Order: sequence, then structure tokens, then C-alpha cells
Amino acid sequence: MTQKSTRRDVLKLAGAATAATVAPTIATAQSAGGVVVIGAGFGGATAARYLRRAGVSVTLVEQNSSFSTCPFSNTVLGGINNFSSITHGFGGLRREGVNVVRGRVNAVDPDAKSITLDGGDTIAYDRLIMSPGIDFKWDAIEGYDEAAAELMPHAWKAGSQTNILRRQLEAMPDGGVVAIAPPGNPFRCPPGPYERASLIAHYLKTEKPRSKVLILDAKDSFSKQGLFQAGWAELYGDLIEWVPFSEGGNVARVDPATNTIFTDFDEHKVDVANIIPPQRSNRLVDTAGLADGGDWCPINQTTFESTIHANIHVLGDASIAGRMPKSGFSANSQAKVCAAAVAALLAGNDPASPSFINTCYSLVAPDYGISVAAIYRIIEDGTIAPVAGAGGVSPSDAPASTRALEADYARGWYASITADMFG
Amino acid sequence: MSPIKTMVAGTFGAALLALPVTLPAAADETAPANLANACAGCHGTDGISPGPTPSINEISEEDMIALLTAFKNDEAAVTMMNRIAKGYTDAEIAAIAAYFASMM
Ligand SMILES: Cc1cc2nc3c(=O)[nH]c(=O)nc-3n(C[C@H](O)[C@H](O)[C@H](O)COP(=O)(O)OP(=O)(O)OC[C@H]3O[C@@H](n4cnc5c(N)ncnc54)[C@H](O)[C@@H]3O)c2cc1C
Ligand code: HEC
Repeated sequence: MTQKSTRRDVLKLAGAATAATVAPTIATAQSAGGVVVIGAGFGGATAARYLRRAGVSVTLVEQNSSFSTCPFSNTVLGGINNFSSITHGFGGLRREGVNVVRGRVNAVDPDAKSITLDGGDTIAYDRLIMSPGIDFKWDAIEGYDEAAAELMPHAWKAGSQTNILRRQLEAMPDGGVVAIAPPGNPFRCPPGPYERASLIAHYLKTEKPRSKVLILDAKDSFSKQGLFQAGWAELYGDLIEWVPFSEGGNVARVDPATNTIFTDFDEHKVDVANIIPPQRSNRLVDTAGLADGGDWCPINQTTFESTIHANIHVLGDASIAGRMPKSGFSANSQAKVCAAAVAALLAGNDPASPSFINTCYSLVAPDYGISVAAIYRIIEDGTIAPVAGAGGVSPSDAPASTRALEADYARGWYASITADMFG
Repeated sequence: MSPIKTMVAGTFGAALLALPVTLPAAADETAPANLANACAGCHGTDGISPGPTPSINEISEEDMIALLTAFKNDEAAVTMMNRIAKGYTDAEIAAIAAYFASMM
């Protein structure tokens, strides 16, 4: 989209705001504040959609013309689905009345209550909701910068990175080694690297059976570990090798020119190197100091309003949301609570008490699904914590039929949550 | 009706119908919409599922209470709902059931 149409969208918003001031007797115009949402991903698209459903006028600013989900991107790497099947347009949101503006936000100004886009346009807000996701700490692994990521892809944001990694897997000869290097906690999608190892192993077992997946981990344990390792033993034998931190898994340095990974103890020259670097909140939050000098944004966990600046709400991966993991499901669940709180605050009401759910389904193979779930509430200290006695992981002794059902329900989850985000 | 629903409604529905259902006081409890909207992550917006997960938008209040109570008490063979339903009090289950029923 060109700069011209961005301006047109922005003007449309200004027009709507004017209509509200000249026609204050219309009930919806009175109650509709100008809410601006940044990011049309799991948190932002959901927040925009649920605010519209509550009758609030919303402008959603997104830098890309469509959204490709990280969830199910591992099935693209495994050759099970096409990239187009994980890409979603914004037509449904527009039809429901969300003003979707394409633009990259450069700065947030909490005093002027406005945001600035590439090209200089500004958009004013009454309340701002930010769900901009993550950025990488490029300095953390020696030699791993943005240029290195073109050769040793992270594929931890879905898009061209996903396609680079898939092409490398396709080009790799039988007998090759694929290294996956997951970071320490906290990071986006704790079970994600291990689902990735599984689905790459599924592809290799079928197409290049003499190959190997080597996980060089910065941790000594990981999400759903028992279930993953049992599934790996059952389906892939010794095709997947996991090297924990304490046995020299931690990646200290990489040399992209020779595809070499240097761990604390060892050196691995591999055929495909998937380096997943440590993460922090999207750097856009720094333009308003919303991470307070840390990696993630502190918030009031009931309303998601920043504890640094009033009228700015931060949710999803970028926020500190108590004990909820950084997942798409968490961001979707938080967005609905945040949208309800913002609608209440705009109407001068008290926000209601929240309740959240997170579930992470993982595919160990296309017909082998496992999951972890939790229900979350606000506890006395004001933070989000799981409800004791609920949730947990899939049973360790389940028959193949249960694993197959959970794989179907994983696909059901994907269909439902993307419909909940984009209409 | 799904097999689970038939099974649970048949076993527990009749007994439950005889019990008085008390709804929680709306104000200081978790808002019913906040409870029910979280279900949409798996069951779709307003409980209308586009994929293999069952839709839950056309379940009567009584059946919903019976189903969620059975899941909570491990009285139905399921993959997920036993873990989910344990996160809600009986009053919250009643509020969720009333919320979905009010949209029918
Ligand atoms: C391989 C992998 C598998 C995963 N699998 C699962 C799974 O199965 N289940 C699950 O629940 N989660 C999963 N996740 C995690 C999930 O992808 C994230 O937790 C989720 O995307 C977080 O949502 P968000 O709204 O915080 O950020 P995002 O979804 O990343 O959305 C951020 C949006 O903001 C936009 N944006 C950023 N900066 C700007 C700017 N300056 N101007 C304009 N727009 C901007 C971006 O373009 C993007 O569209 C997975 C992640 C990975 C990497
Ligand atoms: C993580 C995904 C997930 C979440 C979240 C979830 N469900 Fe479910 N639900 C399922 C699955 C999967 C089934 C099928 C039974 C099973 O295997 O657990 C199901 C079945 C049901 C059924 C039985 C439907 C039928 O026709 O048999 C009801 C009722 C139900 N869920 C209600 C809810 C409510 C209410 C919530 C929110 C409090 C909720 N669910 C949240 C996944 C989910």
C-alpha cells in the first residue's frame, strides 16, 4: 500500500473523531473513544475485534499487509502445510468496522497521546493498546546479527525467515545435520523449538532418513519434556539428539560463513543451523520507556495498562503477564480481558475481574498431538497466576488414538483462534 | 448432539434438573463474559467452531452445567475438558452456562 492510502486511512479516523464531536447526542458516538491498537497479531487483532464488538471505534495499525502465524509454521517447515495456509488477511476485520491502517509505527508519545508512523503521519488516541510482539537480542550470541540470520535463520517470526529455513531443509542432502538452538527462559512459545525438532524429524524420517536433528539447548529442561522425549523415542528413534546446557548445549558463538556453531565445550559444523536467539519486547516500546529499562513491559495485570504511562495498555509477548507463558493463546485471552477493561474505562466503569486460559498444543507428528493447559486468575498481590488443581499436561500413558485426537484438536484450535482474531 | 453430550446429559442431566441452580451475584464475581470469552480460543467466537473442535453455542443451560460438572469430576472420557473445567467453581460454571444460553 502506498503512503497516499495510509494518509487516507488516517484521515478517515480523523473524520470519525470529528463526527463524534459534532454529533454528541448519538449514543454510540458518545461512548466510542478513539482507541488505537498497534500490531495485528495474536493480541492486537483480537483486541481490535472485541473492542468493535463492544461498540468502540478502533484503528488498528499494522506494518504488514497480512499476518502469518508462528503457530503452525512448524508444519510448514515439516512440509505438511503451505505457507499460504498460515497467512491471514484483514478483510474480515475491515468488514466488522475496524479501521485497519497499514503503516510502521516509529514512536509513541505518551504526553501528546499520539503515535507517529514512517513517513511522519501521526494518529491521536484516547487509549492505546500495544501488542507488538518481540525483538531479538542481536548481541547475545557472538556473530549472530541480522545478516547472520539470513544464513542461519531463527524463523521465530513467521515470514521470509520461515521460507529460508524450509528451503535449506529441502536443499540439504540425506545424511545432513540440522541444528536447532533454543534460548534460555523466558522466550516466545516455550514448547515451540521442540515441536519444530519433531516436525523436522518427521520430514527427514520420510525424505532423508540418514539425517539428524541436533538440539543445542541453553536450558537443562523444557516444556512438556517427558511427553516430547517419549514421542521422539517412539517415532524417531535416535534421529533427534538433545544436548542440555549442563552437557555443553549452550551456544556462545556462531560463524555463518562456515555454518559452524561453537558451544561452551564444543564445535559443530552443521548443514542447517536454526539459531533462536534470546528475546525482549519489541523495541518500539523503548520510544516511550515502557519496558522501564528491562526486557519486558510492566503492567497492571488486571487492565494491562502500563505502570509507566497512563492510557497505554501493553499485552501479549511484550508484557509481563504474571505466570502466563508468551504464547498466541495467552495474547488472545489477554486481549479480550484488556478490550473489556478499556471499554469499561472509556465508559467510566470499573473493569471486571479477569479470567484467562492458555493452552499450547504441539504436534510431535501430524497424527500425534500433546498439550499443556492452565486457567489463570489475579491473585492477592495483583499478579496473574494459574488456578491450582486445574490444567496440566496430556497423560503420559495415553494410547495412540488419544494422541491422534489431540492432533485433530490442535488443528481445531488453530481454526478457532484464527477465526477469533480475524473474523 | 455429540456423543459426549448425549452420554453426559443422559447420565447426569436428569438428576441436575431437580436441583435448584443459584447464579452468582454479577458484580463482585468474575464477569461472565470474561469467563466465556476465553473458551473461544478453542471453540471459536461465541462458541461457534469452524474446525474439528465441537461448537458450544447451542447447548442449553442445564446441559452445559451437566457437561462441565462431569468434566470437572472426571466423569467423561475426554482429552482436554477435564483439565479446563477444574479451573471453575460451580457458581462460575453456572454463570458460563447462563451466558452461552443467553446468546441462543
Ligand atoms: C515456531 C513458533 C510456534 C508457535 N506456536 C504456538 C502455538 O502453537 N500456540 C501458541 O499459543 N503460540 C505459539 N507461538 C507463540 C506466538 O506466535 C506468540 O506468542 C504470539 O504471536 C504473540 O502475540 P503478540 O500479539 O504479542 O505478537 P505478534 O503475534 O507477533 O504480533 C505483533 C504484530 O505487531 C506488528 N508490529 C510490530 N512492530 C510494529 C510497528 N513498529 N509498527 C506496526 N506494526 C508492528 C507485527 O508486524 C505483528 O503483526 C509460536 C511461536 C513460534 C515462534
Ligand atoms: C484448549 C482448548 C479448549 C478450551 C480452552 C475449551 N475447550 Fe471445551 N472442548 C475442547 C475439546 C478438545 C473438546 C472435546 C472433548 C475433549 O476431548 O476434551 C471440548 C468439549 C467441550 C464441550 C462438550 C461439547 C459437546 O458437544 O460434546 C463443552 C460443553 C465445552 N467443551 C465447553 C467449554 C467451555 C465452557 C470452555 C471455557 C470455559 C471451554 N470448553 C474451553 C477444547 C477446549
